[in-house]
Amino acid sequence: MSADTEATQAEHAEEWFASAKKIYPMAVKGTFRRIKWAILFITLGIYYFLPFIRFDRGPNAPDQAVLVDLAGRRGYFFFIEIWPQEVYYITGLLIIAAVALFLMNAVAGRVWCGYLCPQTVWTDLFLYVERKIEGDRRARMALDRAPWTAGKVGRRAAKHFFWLMIAWWTGGAWVLYFSDAPTLVYNLATFQAPFSAYLWIAILTATTYLLAGFMREQVCIYMCPWPRIQAALTDEKALNVTYKWDRGEPRGSLKQNKALELKGLPAGDCVDCHQCVHVCPTGVDIRKGTQLDCIQCGLCIDACDNVMEKVGKPTGLIGYDTDENIERRIEGKESVYEIVRVRTVIYAAVIALVGGIMLFALLTRDFAGINVLHDRNPIFVTQTDGSIRNGYTVRLLNKRNHERNFMLHVEGMPAGTSVEAVGIDTTFAGRPIIEVGADTTREVRVLVNSPAGVKMPKSTEIVFRLTESVMGEVVTADDYFKAP
Amino acid sequence: MSDNHKPELDQISGVETTGHEWDGLKELNNPLPRWWLYTFYACIVWAIGYWVVYPSWPMVSSYATGVLGDSQRANALAAYDAGIAERAGIGDQLVAASFEDIRTTPNLLEFASANGRAAFGDNCAPCHGSGAIGSPGYPNLQDDNWIWGGTVDDIHTTLLYGIRSDHDEARFGDMPAFGTDELLTREEISQVASYVASKTGLEPEEGVDLAAGETLYVDNCAACHGEDLKGMIEVGAPNLTSATYLYGKSVDAIKAQIYSPRNGVMPAWEARLDPATIKSLAVYVHSFGGGQ
Repeated sequence: MSADTEATQAEHAEEWFASAKKIYPMAVKGTFRRIKWAILFITLGIYYFLPFIRFDRGPNAPDQAVLVDLAGRRGYFFFIEIWPQEVYYITGLLIIAAVALFLMNAVAGRVWCGYLCPQTVWTDLFLYVERKIEGDRRARMALDRAPWTAGKVGRRAAKHFFWLMIAWWTGGAWVLYFSDAPTLVYNLATFQAPFSAYLWIAILTATTYLLAGFMREQVCIYMCPWPRIQAALTDEKALNVTYKWDRGEPRGSLKQNKALELKGLPAGDCVDCHQCVHVCPTGVDIRKGTQLDCIQCGLCIDACDNVMEKVGKPTGLIGYDTDENIERRIEGKESVYEIVRVRTVIYAAVIALVGGIMLFALLTRDFAGINVLHDRNPIFVTQTDGSIRNGYTVRLLNKRNHERNFMLHVEGMPAGTSVEAVGIDTTFAGRPIIEVGADTTREVRVLVNSPAGVKMPKSTEIVFRLTESVMGEVVTADDYFKAP
Repeated sequence: MSDNHKPELDQISGVETTGHEWDGLKELNNPLPRWWLYTFYACIVWAIGYWVVYPSWPMVSSYATGVLGDSQRANALAAYDAGIAERAGIGDQLVAASFEDIRTTPNLLEFASANGRAAFGDNCAPCHGSGAIGSPGYPNLQDDNWIWGGTVDDIHTTLLYGIRSDHDEARFGDMPAFGTDELLTREEISQVASYVASKTGLEPEEGVDLAAGETLYVDNCAACHGEDLKGMIEVGAPNLTSATYLYGKSVDAIKAQIYSPRNGVMPAWEARLDPATIKSLAVYVHSFGGGQ
């Protein structure tokens, strides 16, 4: 903590709030910075352009590869089409996502936070814009202190303009996932799009602008629950961005530590240059150890490696390492890393299991369906000839993109039973043939009439069997036939 | 507050504590983040705006309506009126359409069914039951036993003019009171009731002369109920071979109905409901499955 910040804090000691300490992350070059640029490119590329990818599903279906059709109540992901009642696929994805986070944590700490989280990625992009317009750390600090000249106003205006453009494009891309993208882009540009589209773009423009431009590390430190959870998920065998204090301490300037060495006293490799602190997007000092504020983006590794190369010392003073290895080195043992541990195996197994179940469910997905609801009032009707009639509401599902015919057969009733689908005149051997439109459902009322002269038991188990006319696909539903 | 009160400082973090202690644990009095506090203030400002704009303050006999004058009750009434206006057009179409057109036009059928269901609950369910299965004396509309005909047109006619109602077009079917009007003796009523019972799956009374009953039936009943006991829709004479009887199916119930018959009344709805609703009811009742 610098002297003037301490003074400011003392001044405000009696106040009810603490103003956020502004962080000016410094630019850095290196391996992890390159990895982060690559991930930023790929993830934002997917996000901004995926809605424009076309995928031909034939007639009667949208040709957008990824589409959430709220009005039509369908979800499309390339060759997968999801109906609302199949939302358990989403549940499966969420379970996999959660356990994948656990697994990442057990293997290499906060990989999600440091590289993949949208908050990190967009903040990185906004920082890039800020750096290009206002300069690096020292220039930005100077600009903040400088009086409001025309030059400062211009730079600030340019920065906020580009930020808002990125934020606006982010909101714009979001709504494209919910409607045919090219059509919506045209409608948005000609002001014919629905109000909700503009509203969502406005909301997401505002959140992106505020979260990536202003809130930044505050989101990670104060809003996000994940740092708290990950503290419970990591262990001494997990890789984390670590300052190897066994090698670095006692820290001191190059000169001081040389002097110590000459005297034969212990001297560490850390030259106390603060580069690791200056490049940090959340403003932490990694030398204080793993901490809640650290998102483990690896930029301090790059910063430290650069310094170590300059002073002619081995790199890796800060690097991915485990707590266990520090202890082992102090004891003079070899560093080890066990990736196969009880927890990694369990996490991987859970992912494989849930993924396997989802894959199985997807491959064996029915393209037809039947739901049967017995009339509740009346449960049965006695006819003039003494026969008994039961009424059912039957919903037929056709998940194929073309019209199909289904034959309805009721099993478990005595011979002579009649089955009538109200309003449907086509039958085959007394069994109604029901036409269901492409990718839709149809509700029909079905009347099952027991034969006259047969005394029906109070309750008979019956099966509604639906057979598709071309492929012979069969789906069934169990129900009961009730009698007095 | 004494002058020597000094906030205690936590040794490790250097942060002031709240002064409270729980089992050796002390709470740090960390300040709130500024953005959090400002968000809180913004919420308070928002709430004040809400008070001004929306109804919120209770008054002595009424309430402050707020600048916008928003009222959920007024909104609901407006939505109700809009619904009525929207229905007016399709109601006219329904009145103009034939029942065959309604059956084959999905939006008319859907509207008639929904409208009929609502009207049935309001007007018909008290007698015919919410499930339309009736009760003794009130016909079951679900089965195929139609005393006055079960085609959709027959049902429509019954709805419009009623049965034995005070409407000029009402249909009348009078079962004579053979007992109270002394047309038959008790013994003869017993005989004819047992004869009918024997033809419809019931046990006749013991020691009753069924042959005499048949003769009596042919002389007195067959004119309306038919020699085959199948009844006659034109005069509302029920089918006596049916498994279900309007006034109960037993020899005693048959005897009671011959001795002093009950003649139930279906009100005429022509003057009470609008034509679209009556047509909707006919479609709805016919859709129960027993219609012909």
